[in-house]
Amino acid sequence: MGKLKLIIKREFLAKVKNKSFIIMTILSPLMAVGLLSLIIFLNEKNSEEIRTVAFVDESQQFSDAFIDSDVLKYIDLTSIGIEEAREKTKEFYYGLLVIPKSDSLSQLSKSITFYSNDTPSIDVLSNIESKLEKKIRNLKIEQLQIDVDKIKAIETTVAIAAENFSGEKSSKIGSMLRMVVGGGFGYLIFMFIIIYGTSVMRSVIEEKTSRIIEVIISSVKPFQLMLGKIIGNAMAGILQFIIWAILAGLILYSVTLFLGMETVGSSSAIGQMSPEMVQQMQKSSNSDLQVLLLEIKNLPIMTLFFSFIFYFLGGYLIYSSIYAAIGAAVDSETDTQQFMMPVLMPLVIAIYVGFSVIENPHGPIALGFSLFPLTSPIVMLMRIPFGVPWWQIVVSMSLLIITFIGMVWFAAKIYRVGILMYGKKPTYKEIYKWLKY
Amino acid sequence: MNNVLRVENVCKNYGSFTALNNVSISVPKGSIFGLLGPNGAGKTSLIRIINQITLPDSGTVYLDGEILQPQHIQYIGYLPEERGLYKSMKVGEQALYLAQLKGMSKEEAKKKLKYWFEKFEITDWWNKKIQELSKGMAQKVQFIVTVMHSPKLLIFDEPFSGFDPINANLIKDEILNLRNEGSSIIFSTHRMESVEEMCDYIALINKSNKILDGKLKDIKQKFKTNQFEVGLLSSDKDLLLNQIEEHFTVEKSKAISFNEDFRLLISLKNGETSKDLIKFLNNKAQITHFTEVIPSVNDIFLKSVADN
Repeated sequence: MGKLKLIIKREFLAKVKNKSFIIMTILSPLMAVGLLSLIIFLNEKNSEEIRTVAFVDESQQFSDAFIDSDVLKYIDLTSIGIEEAREKTKEFYYGLLVIPKSDSLSQLSKSITFYSNDTPSIDVLSNIESKLEKKIRNLKIEQLQIDVDKIKAIETTVAIAAENFSGEKSSKIGSMLRMVVGGGFGYLIFMFIIIYGTSVMRSVIEEKTSRIIEVIISSVKPFQLMLGKIIGNAMAGILQFIIWAILAGLILYSVTLFLGMETVGSSSAIGQMSPEMVQQMQKSSNSDLQVLLLEIKNLPIMTLFFSFIFYFLGGYLIYSSIYAAIGAAVDSETDTQQFMMPVLMPLVIAIYVGFSVIENPHGPIALGFSLFPLTSPIVMLMRIPFGVPWWQIVVSMSLLIITFIGMVWFAAKIYRVGILMYGKKPTYKEIYKWLKY
Repeated sequence: MNNVLRVENVCKNYGSFTALNNVSISVPKGSIFGLLGPNGAGKTSLIRIINQITLPDSGTVYLDGEILQPQHIQYIGYLPEERGLYKSMKVGEQALYLAQLKGMSKEEAKKKLKYWFEKFEITDWWNKKIQELSKGMAQKVQFIVTVMHSPKLLIFDEPFSGFDPINANLIKDEILNLRNEGSSIIFSTHRMESVEEMCDYIALINKSNKILDGKLKDIKQKFKTNQFEVGLLSSDKDLLLNQIEEHFTVEKSKAISFNEDFRLLISLKNGETSKDLIKFLNNKAQITHFTEVIPSVNDIFLKSVADN
């Protein structure tokens, strides 16, 4: 036990003291946030651009339909005629809208044209279209002599309140939130397994190429060394993710402050509210933000947290022991290619399946892949926010544990033989033989 | 109980390949034991079994009379032929880590390391990384790491590789020192002159079988062929040679003589003694040189492997 602790400590420190670890840990959240801010910044910049659309209204009915907004201004060029308006638009304006004379409104709605120098942006077009539609609709109402107030009275919006049989409310925002949370956790596990699995593999290869391996295993059992390596790397990984989470939170917070954007309410905001306020909120309005807050509260947070830890550990242990075995079997990283493919395959499949799972979290595909141990850490986590029957979780977790034990045993056998083999690139057949040594 | 290590009837197979076939050796306490054999004979397999890196398929290993167990690791020091250290780890840190893996406490390890680092005059390397050291320097650190826990049994596989003659001598003296202080040493090498110089006992393994073992002196006695190298001064060499050849089997010696004498290798027939030979030669010529030919370890090695 004491030796295992020593190995874990060394592996952890070797990983954490490494320059690339420090750089990655600090730089990647900065880069991620930097990229995000750049996108937001460019987006803002883009929408700040003011576009002016000229129009020639030969029907003389639409002059009051176009009201300037912050980013889209209108200018009436009806008086100078189409030809001249064209020339002018080419030089000065974003586009020219031509509304021809027409007897019937139905015909008119099909004969309006927009000319522009470049392909017009969809935003601008749909903006103009909706304005025209509204105006034409009003004109039609007038023509048919229908009371506008009556029309307004029959206008209805429906918001279906979905609820499952155990009484949990769900809503569209809730579903979205679940997709984001489930997808996010699934991705996190995927990333972690690949990054740290590879790191375990590298560390095994390093011991082989530096030839220290025989010195070490004359002091400790190969199994202890492998396990210590896997655990030490996992701890470094957890540390990295904690640092990332804190850094990303801090940076994102300061960036949002800097850009003056509204911060989406955090759960602490709910905590600060008095019960009456919450009640009032629920009664008085139904705004999206409040629904979101409530949905966050409704998420099975504890289940999610513990299953994240569980599946994360289970999945990582399975895959990193395979990675360790691969590292032991080869002499250098370039030789790992042929073995990497079959390892990456289930992970990639899990992510792809995950897309369909968050659309249909209770279908047969979702069930199957959330039980299969090589994909369950990712797929099951994507399903959990939607609520999963407890027996499925139990089966999935049991399968994961059994596979984990089997895989570590299997990897340890290959590892034990592989670390002392030098020189030739092993084939699958040879590795199979090692199992019997 | 006079043997620190006893290997009894050990067999080891890798798939259909037999690495060791019923090998037994005994390493007496306080001796240097040469483990010899051509490449691929099974020496490394045997050493790995003694270090519990692999387990034998059958057979038993005793350390100090007890069946080999995992906790015996701390009584063994092993310098493998394929050796190395963590390149990016500092010398001191690394030595402490390896010492602790051998079961030493941190304080104890520090004390011991200080002693050895001072002895080898390398105290200023403590905070250097291995990758900053030359190969020979790293080998010194490796040697210290192997011996610092004062093990009962030391196993050196090609300990002199990578050392210049000065440092090789330093290491040789340290190995002899360790023996004199009571450690027992298994010494595997292809450098026969070091075996000649250092080993008290040897065992020869060829093609997975032990073909020879025992005290080096006894083995040499056994391999003696009753051959003598003589130097003779004579005015008529051809006549002399003919006369000797009538009585003995004669070979020309390859040895280079410093004076004008005539060097021959003469084998005795059964029942004859060196006395008879001297008497015979003394009548014919002036004897300038007379020694019994003792086979070198190199000769014994080549002969045994060829006969096998």
